[in-house]
Amino acid sequence: MTSGAQEAGSALPQAPSLPTRQRKFSFAWLGVLPFFAYVATFLLVPSIWLVVGAFQTDSGAFTTVQVHTLFQQQYLDAYKTSIEISLASALIGGVCGLFVAYSAVKEGAPGWIRPLLTTFSGVAANFAGIPLAFAWVATLGTTGVITAFLANHGIDLYQHGFTLYSFTGLTVVYTYFQMPLMILVISPALDGVRTEWREAATNLGAGQLQFWRYVGIPILWPSLLGAFVLLFGSAFAAYATAAALVGTELNLVPLLIGNVVNGNNTSDPQFGDALALGMIVIIGFTVVLNILLQRRSDRWLR
Amino acid sequence: MKRSRLSPWNILWLVLAAVYFLVPLYGSLEFSLETGPGQYGFDAYRTILHDPQFRNSFLLSLRLAIFTVIISTVLMVPTVYWVNLKLPRLRRVMETIALLPFVVPPVVLAVGILRLFASFTWLLSGPQVLVVSYVILALPYTYRSLDAGMRAMDLRTLTEAAQNMGANWVTVLWRIILPNLRFAMLSAAFLTVTLVMGEYTMSSLMLFNTFAVYMNYIGGSQANPAAALAMISLALTWVAMLAILFIGRGSNRRGAHVVGTN
Repeated sequence: MTSGAQEAGSALPQAPSLPTRQRKFSFAWLGVLPFFAYVATFLLVPSIWLVVGAFQTDSGAFTTVQVHTLFQQQYLDAYKTSIEISLASALIGGVCGLFVAYSAVKEGAPGWIRPLLTTFSGVAANFAGIPLAFAWVATLGTTGVITAFLANHGIDLYQHGFTLYSFTGLTVVYTYFQMPLMILVISPALDGVRTEWREAATNLGAGQLQFWRYVGIPILWPSLLGAFVLLFGSAFAAYATAAALVGTELNLVPLLIGNVVNGNNTSDPQFGDALALGMIVIIGFTVVLNILLQRRSDRWLR
Repeated sequence: MKRSRLSPWNILWLVLAAVYFLVPLYGSLEFSLETGPGQYGFDAYRTILHDPQFRNSFLLSLRLAIFTVIISTVLMVPTVYWVNLKLPRLRRVMETIALLPFVVPPVVLAVGILRLFASFTWLLSGPQVLVVSYVILALPYTYRSLDAGMRAMDLRTLTEAAQNMGANWVTVLWRIILPNLRFAMLSAAFLTVTLVMGEYTMSSLMLFNTFAVYMNYIGGSQANPAAALAMISLALTWVAMLAILFIGRGSNRRGAHVVGTN
């Protein structure tokens, strides 16, 4: 809305000299040409190339064999596991992050908490990939600090069926970057829930729950949805942590693609294209779903 | 008006978060210092620092980071300037493009670039292929930083004033816009360096021995030096984040600083 108003405002004074402005406009496009050329060359065309490659044989003829292979049980399972782990870590990290952020943003919280939490979240959200896997091996691995501590107190995690190198373990690890990500993304939105609205609701007789049900959550809804999609995507795309931690023990799509590229797999490179196509389709689907839901809630808020 | 305070629930959440954040850091610290049962020392760090592969991989990643920052800056600063000054209608398109690297996961981008440029050996034969890919991975952060920096100043007035005094486009960018943009450029650069120093997915798939690939190699065989590497990596992240925080104070800018290299 504001940007629209700005555009209208900046366009007004120039309106009388319309012909010259139009000629200038076509020249102005040249200024962004290098950027668009770069993005096309190293992002758009490679992605489109994969989509085309997924439907091609070695010799370049059209085929649906690779995409058809995707629907074999082992590959369906990989997508299922990937989606489940992304959903689980996004939900846990998202909900916990929301509560933590709310506790720090809320009026009455000491002033030093917010900047401390933001800095810590910045570090934790960036402390990902290989070192994150190591940190958790040192913590919850077979000889990790917590594992040893609990074992000294008579609780043997690994005898109770827990292992870090599993679905549960990976979810715990992913949450380590999901939660701070949520805190960083949602804090500005929480600032938007004004104290006055709260007081108004209380004066009208609303309880805590009613306030959140009818005022807080509807206002936050678009931000919550957006944050959830971001979290889902970040876990779905995660490769390094999974590669360092579970290797081949867990059937995840990014790891399968890595195997195809490294030649650890008997399948042809075109099948890697098909696996990658599946990932793009799923992330694209969540993004579109997010846009549709946002649009719906926009209408609802009006 | 009654001043509301933190409820026990709020305090519990904050304490739990602190524990969850800190315990793995404590775990790696303890692991990295352990030399035997109940014995502690700096052996693991010494092993790492004396490993020539550590130096080589670290320097490779550092070089990649520097080149990525240079190319990102040269490509993005004029573009974001131009869009904000002349093509404000394009801002929404730019924002969408800047989000695309989130839609295409790094593992997918790696496959795409390897397949598309399969016959371009001059590109694939050296780490330059990583630099061009990292510019794409860094795009969301670079764009957001620079865009916020540009919007914080009155581009039109500054540009017109400079032009009235006879400055050409290069002079305007170099002597007017860049000095005003240094905080935004610095924080974009630190985010990019953090991203490149920890990037594993693309460099391992493209078979380059970057810092993260070396870390994973060590992790496969030596647990304690691996924890030492995790601590070194954490220290680097802290330096970058604190630097951004101080830069942010200088420019009075606030925002989320996250780069994902999971």
